[in-house]
Amino acid sequence: MTTQPQPTQPKPAPTRVRGIEATRARTAFWLLLPMVIVLILVAGYPLFRTIYLSFFDYNINSPNPPKFIGLQNYWYTSPEGVGLGVLQAPEWWNAVKNTLVFTVLSVVLETLLGLGLALVINSKIRGRGLLRTAILVPWAIPTVVSAQVWNWMYNDSIGIISSWGNKLGLLQPGQSFLSNPDTALAALVAVDVWKTAPFMALLLLAGLQSIPSDMYEAADVDGASPVRQFFSLTLPLLTPALLVALIFRTLDALRVFDMPFIVKGNATETMTMSIYARQQMIDNAQFGFGSAISVVIFLIIMVITVIYVTSLKVKFD
Amino acid sequence: MNSKNPTVRLIVTALFWIAVAIILFYVLFPFYWALKTSFTSSSRLSAEALQWFPTHLTWENYKLVFTTQPFGRNLFNSLVVASGTVILSLLLSLMAAYALGKFRFKGKSVLMYIILAVSVFPQIAVLGGMYTTIRALGLYNSVFGLMLSYMIFVLPFTVWTLTSFVREIPTELEEAAYMDGASPLTTLFQVLLPVMTPALVTTGLLAFINAWNEFLFALTFTSDNSAKTVPVAISSFSGASQYETPFGVIMAASVIVTIPLIILVLIFQRNIVSGLTAGAVKG
Repeated sequence: MTTQPQPTQPKPAPTRVRGIEATRARTAFWLLLPMVIVLILVAGYPLFRTIYLSFFDYNINSPNPPKFIGLQNYWYTSPEGVGLGVLQAPEWWNAVKNTLVFTVLSVVLETLLGLGLALVINSKIRGRGLLRTAILVPWAIPTVVSAQVWNWMYNDSIGIISSWGNKLGLLQPGQSFLSNPDTALAALVAVDVWKTAPFMALLLLAGLQSIPSDMYEAADVDGASPVRQFFSLTLPLLTPALLVALIFRTLDALRVFDMPFIVKGNATETMTMSIYARQQMIDNAQFGFGSAISVVIFLIIMVITVIYVTSLKVKFD
Repeated sequence: MNSKNPTVRLIVTALFWIAVAIILFYVLFPFYWALKTSFTSSSRLSAEALQWFPTHLTWENYKLVFTTQPFGRNLFNSLVVASGTVILSLLLSLMAAYALGKFRFKGKSVLMYIILAVSVFPQIAVLGGMYTTIRALGLYNSVFGLMLSYMIFVLPFTVWTLTSFVREIPTELEEAAYMDGASPLTTLFQVLLPVMTPALVTTGLLAFINAWNEFLFALTFTSDNSAKTVPVAISSFSGASQYETPFGVIMAASVIVTIPLIILVLIFQRNIVSGLTAGAVKG
């Protein structure tokens, strides 16, 4: 995102040049118009409509028209003292907790594992090409497929992972990490880590390869140990790539829907914020309430994005 | 790796190869397991599920996936949706990228920030609004509804990536066309487009994969197999009874959709890695 360098002092441009500039600006407008119209149709309007619906009591299956109720979808205590707003719903806070646990665990593990993978691939030994190709496999597999494959490996009675769990004494026969509510979320984190750590590794690998090799030669001459080199040289120089990768992954994990939904459906112990919103909106037809949940998720993600972008001073170019 | 001591060197090399073996096993095993299961007949599955190697290879599941499930139709829908999405988004973003990459005008950086903001939009935030919009346009349960809704995550990506490619093209090329009196669209399609083919292939491929894999909209905006795509189908295959999940058939379907993707990714791996990292590291 470069803003073109502006002339320091506006000189009166010759009219011909100014005419060309104006024509060019008009051309740019027409070139951009179709894209902007589509974006308004698929992003601007639906977002506006979701925010609008969040102020209404609106059951899409009911013949009654939507009824304006202000902020009651967000916060409303009924005369009987029952909290009916999203922010008072224990299900919502359970979904928030699950999403946060999922996000923190998966992002941390993916970063560590991705860093390890990147370091191994970046070492100057034969076979790195093969490794680099192999780690693309989990990334290339569709999320639905990886969810179903792991679902199969986690199967209660004949899943391979359940049989390993049995042999290690971690599971009773007929149990699986998925069916046990205490371990289900961790089991899902494992699927996400498998699928995404390679992607992390690719991002970090690009960062590693941009570190000039003469810096390592200098460190070798100075007699710095490999461990020392890693902490004093590699890690600081890798930080920018690491932070960008972290932002991407955090935002992805916060809105996670597909994989937990395919494996566990609407189960409470693995319900994420997005699954909860869709359940209320589509399964329960509560468009107003569901839209309020969507708006809260949108605000959370936007706030986190802004914090990230400003505090890290991410530059777009 | 810089030790002069041969024993240390040997140990380090051995540890490295053990690490490589563990990584290979970790990343490839689940796919191998799906492959193995897909070639095991359903009648033998409960007996042979835990065996490391298949004993009686069979194509049974691959036949069943097309006979007992409408999987052919799902594949067709997915192909139509993903191709349509890619063509539409490349066309729109090519024009936009030309304007954003080569023209100077007010509000450009604001527009770029908006596009970037849309790319981090959680899909769930527009789900309700999109659902009512799609219904109002009469596009519910139609491949066109999916193509349109996919623009929300494909378009910001293609615009952003193509803009950075357009910016790299030497301005002389465009100026020469301008001097010859070529119109902007002629310049774009006859001068810039040929130079951009590699960029279009990479961007189009990544957009295709994203559209091919999409799940939330496909699940919510379709109701039957006239528009259901592969991901929705694979997530909802059911067996003879509700307690019996036909894992052999699911694995066969999974292998069918994954092999082309893996081949594509392997062929284009250099472009993909550079495309991904360029997009991500630069923002």
